[in-house]
Amino acid sequence: MNGYNFAYLDEQTKRMIRRALLKAVAIPGHQVPFGSREMPMPYGWGTGGIQITASVLGPADVLKVIDQGADDTTNAVSIRRFFARTAGVRTTTRTAEATVIQTRHRIPETKLREDQILVYQVPQPEPLWRLVPSRAETRRMHALAEYGVMHVRLYEDIARLGQVAISYDYPVMVNGRYLMSPSPIPAFDNPKMHRMAALQLFGAGREKRIYAVPPYTEVRSLDFDDHPFRPARAPQACILCGATDSYLDEVVTDDRGGRMFVCSDTDYCAGRRAAA
Amino acid sequence: MSATLLSARELSFAFGPIPALRGVSVDLWPGEVLAVVGESGSGKTTLLNVLLGRLRPDAGAVWYRDEAGHLADVHAMAEPELRRLHRSDWGFVQQDAKASLRMAVSAGGNIGERLMAQGARHYGNIRAAAAEWLERVEIDPARIDDLPRTFSGGMLQRLQIARVLVTHPRLVFMDEPTGGLDVSVQARLLDLIRKLVSRLGIAVVLVTHDLGVARLLAERLIVMQGGRVVEHGLTDQVLDDPQHPYTQLLVSSVLQ
Amino acid sequence: MIAASGLAKSFTLHLRGGVRIPVLDGLRLEVRAGECVVLSGPSGVGKSTLMRALHGTYRLDGGRILVRHRGTMTDLAVADERTILEIRRETIGYVSQFLRVVPRVGARDLVAEAAVAHGMDEDAARVRAEALLARLNIPRRLHLLPPATFSGGEQQRVNLARGFIARRPVLLLDEPTASLDAANRRVVIDLIREAKQDGAAIVGIFHDEEVRAAVADRLFAMEPLQDAA
Repeated sequence: MNGYNFAYLDEQTKRMIRRALLKAVAIPGHQVPFGSREMPMPYGWGTGGIQITASVLGPADVLKVIDQGADDTTNAVSIRRFFARTAGVRTTTRTAEATVIQTRHRIPETKLREDQILVYQVPQPEPLWRLVPSRAETRRMHALAEYGVMHVRLYEDIARLGQVAISYDYPVMVNGRYLMSPSPIPAFDNPKMHRMAALQLFGAGREKRIYAVPPYTEVRSLDFDDHPFRPARAPQACILCGATDSYLDEVVTDDRGGRMFVCSDTDYCAGRRAAA
Repeated sequence: MSATLLSARELSFAFGPIPALRGVSVDLWPGEVLAVVGESGSGKTTLLNVLLGRLRPDAGAVWYRDEAGHLADVHAMAEPELRRLHRSDWGFVQQDAKASLRMAVSAGGNIGERLMAQGARHYGNIRAAAAEWLERVEIDPARIDDLPRTFSGGMLQRLQIARVLVTHPRLVFMDEPTGGLDVSVQARLLDLIRKLVSRLGIAVVLVTHDLGVARLLAERLIVMQGGRVVEHGLTDQVLDDPQHPYTQLLVSSVLQ
Repeated sequence: MIAASGLAKSFTLHLRGGVRIPVLDGLRLEVRAGECVVLSGPSGVGKSTLMRALHGTYRLDGGRILVRHRGTMTDLAVADERTILEIRRETIGYVSQFLRVVPRVGARDLVAEAAVAHGMDEDAARVRAEALLARLNIPRRLHLLPPATFSGGEQQRVNLARGFIARRPVLLLDEPTASLDAANRRVVIDLIREAKQDGAAIVGIFHDEEVRAAVADRLFAMEPLQDAA
C-alpha cells in the first residue's frame, strides 16, 4: 500500500512497542505503559490489539482475526482487511493455520501451539478499577501485591448471591504475583490461559497499557478453597455441530421465546462439521 | 529499653515554622494501656502520626519490637514492610469509624478483609471468624451481611474495633475512640474496649482529651502541652497528684 | 511488712499562685506482718496522704518505703511505673473510701477482677467473690448489677470485698467502715482479724472507736506540721 510502512506503524513505533512487550513478558501480568499511537480507527475499536499485532507481524506470518469468536463479524473483517492491505500477509479463518491470532473477547476452542501468538483487545486493563477509583492507589497495590479488596468483592458475591457473579473479565492471578484482567473473555475461557503453550499479549489502546503472559505460565482464577472457580455454561449442545464442550452463543429465532445455541468459535464449529 | 514494645526517643516535628513536637520520648510495654492526654494543639495527634510511621520526624526515632524480639526503626522500614505491619501486628481505631470502614461492603466483609489480605482463602472460616467477632463486639451476628450504612454511630465504632482486632494485633492505636458518641453509647464502648484489651493482652496507645476515658482505660498517662510532655506517670498519680501547673489546670477543669 | 522512713510530701498549688502546703516531713512508720497499725490524729493532718503515699499514688519529695515484693526488698518511692503496678497487684492492697464505678460491670465481676489480677482462676474468683459479698450482706439479686445505683453502704461493701478477696502481704484501709451498720462493721472486724492471722501488715484509718479497739495493735499518732509560707 503506497505511503504506509509495513503493517501501518513506523519502525520506531514498533520498536517502542516491542520494548514494552519484552518488559511485559519479563513481568507476567504487570501493566506496562506505552505510547499508544493515533490509528485509523477510534478508541474502543481494538487499537491496542492492532498496535501489538502490527509490531509483531512479519511477512511470513499468517493472521487470523476474530470478534466474539467469529471471523465474519464487521470488526473482524475490517481488521483482517486492514492488515492484508498494509502488510500484505496471508490471512486465514483456520485457527490451526494462523501464526498470529488477534481476538476480541474470546479464546479459540482449538488448543494453541508454541509457535502461535494470541493478541487480546483490552478495553480496561486495570482489574481493580471498579473497586478502587484512584489509579495511583491501584499502582501501589500492584506494587505491594495488596489484593485483599478483590477477595472482599468475591466474598460479598458469595454472601449475597451464593456464588461469585462475575461472568466475564474474571480476575486472575498470574505467576502467583500479579492480579490481571484477562479482558472481557467469558469466565468459561479462563482455564485455557493456564499454562497455554502460545504467547499471550494484551493491548489497551485508549488506556495505553500493554501486558503479557509468557508460554506455560501459571494463571489461576481467584476463588476460595470452599468455593472453587466453576464457570457456568449453558447445558446444551451446539445445534450445528453437536459440540458439548465449547462456549455457546444464544441465538433468538422468533418472538415466541424460540432460541438455539451455536458455537461461538465459528472456525471450531465449521471444522467439526467438516470432519463429521 | 528492655523489653519495651514501642519506644520513641526525642521526637521533634515542625509544620514549617510551627513546632508540633519538641523532644518527646515515650515508652510502651506489651499489654499495657498508655493514654496521651492533651487539648487541641498539644501535639498529641502529631505524636500519634509519628508513632504510626505516617509522619517522618525531623529528629528522633521510633522503635518497634516484633514478636520475635527484633527491634526495628519504624521510619527506616521499607513501605511494604510498614504497610504489612499496619495490617497485621498493628491496628488503628479512628475517631470517625466511617473513614476506616468500607461503607459499601457488608459487616462480614469489613471484618474479613484483614484476614483475606493476609491470605485467608476459606470462605466458611472467614465468615465464621467475622460472626464470632460481631458477637464479641455485641453486634447481632445476624447482621453479618448488612451494610454499615444501616448501623448507628456506636455500632459503627464497634464494627471498626472488630475489623481491627480480628488479626490479633499486639499494638493498637486509638484516636478519641468515643468522640462524638452519646454518653450511654460511650459507656458501653469503653467497657467493651476495656474487656477486650485486658482479655487479649493488647498494648494500646490511646489519644484522648477526655480524662475520664483515660482514667477508665489507661494504666499510664502522659500529658502534652505545646508539643512537649509536661507530665507522665501512672494514671492515678497524674490525675490525683498532678505536679505540673498545666496538669493541675486540666484536672481541676473536669466537670464532676 | 512495710517500712517507711524520712517521708516528705508537700503540695504546690499552681492555680493558687504556687502556694506550697507541706503535709509530711521526715515521717517514719514500720508495720510488721500480722500487725495492724491505726493512724490517728486530727482531720487534715495527713492520714489519707500517708495512705496514698504508701500506695504509690502520691509521689514523694523524699524518703523511702520499703516492702518485700517478689522476695526482694523494694523501695516504692523510687520504683518504676511497671513495678508499682506489680506491687499493687501482688503485694499492697488498698481499700479506699470511694468505689471506682465501672459502667456495666456487675458487683460480683468487679470483685472477681481484683482476684484475677492477682492470678486467681476466673471461675474460682467468681465463686470467692460471691461468698465474700454474701458475707458482707450484699443480697444475691444485686450481685450481677453494676454498683452505680447502690447505696453508699452497699458500694463500700463491694469495695471491701475487692480489697479483701486476694491475700496480699500489706493492706491499706482508708475508713473501711465509714457507711456501715453494726452488723457489717463486725464482718469487717472479722475480715481484718483473718488477714492479720494470714500475716498481713495492715495500716488503717478508722474513725469508729469500736472497730479501732477491736483490731488495732498500735496507734500511730500524727501531728500537723508548722504552717509554711
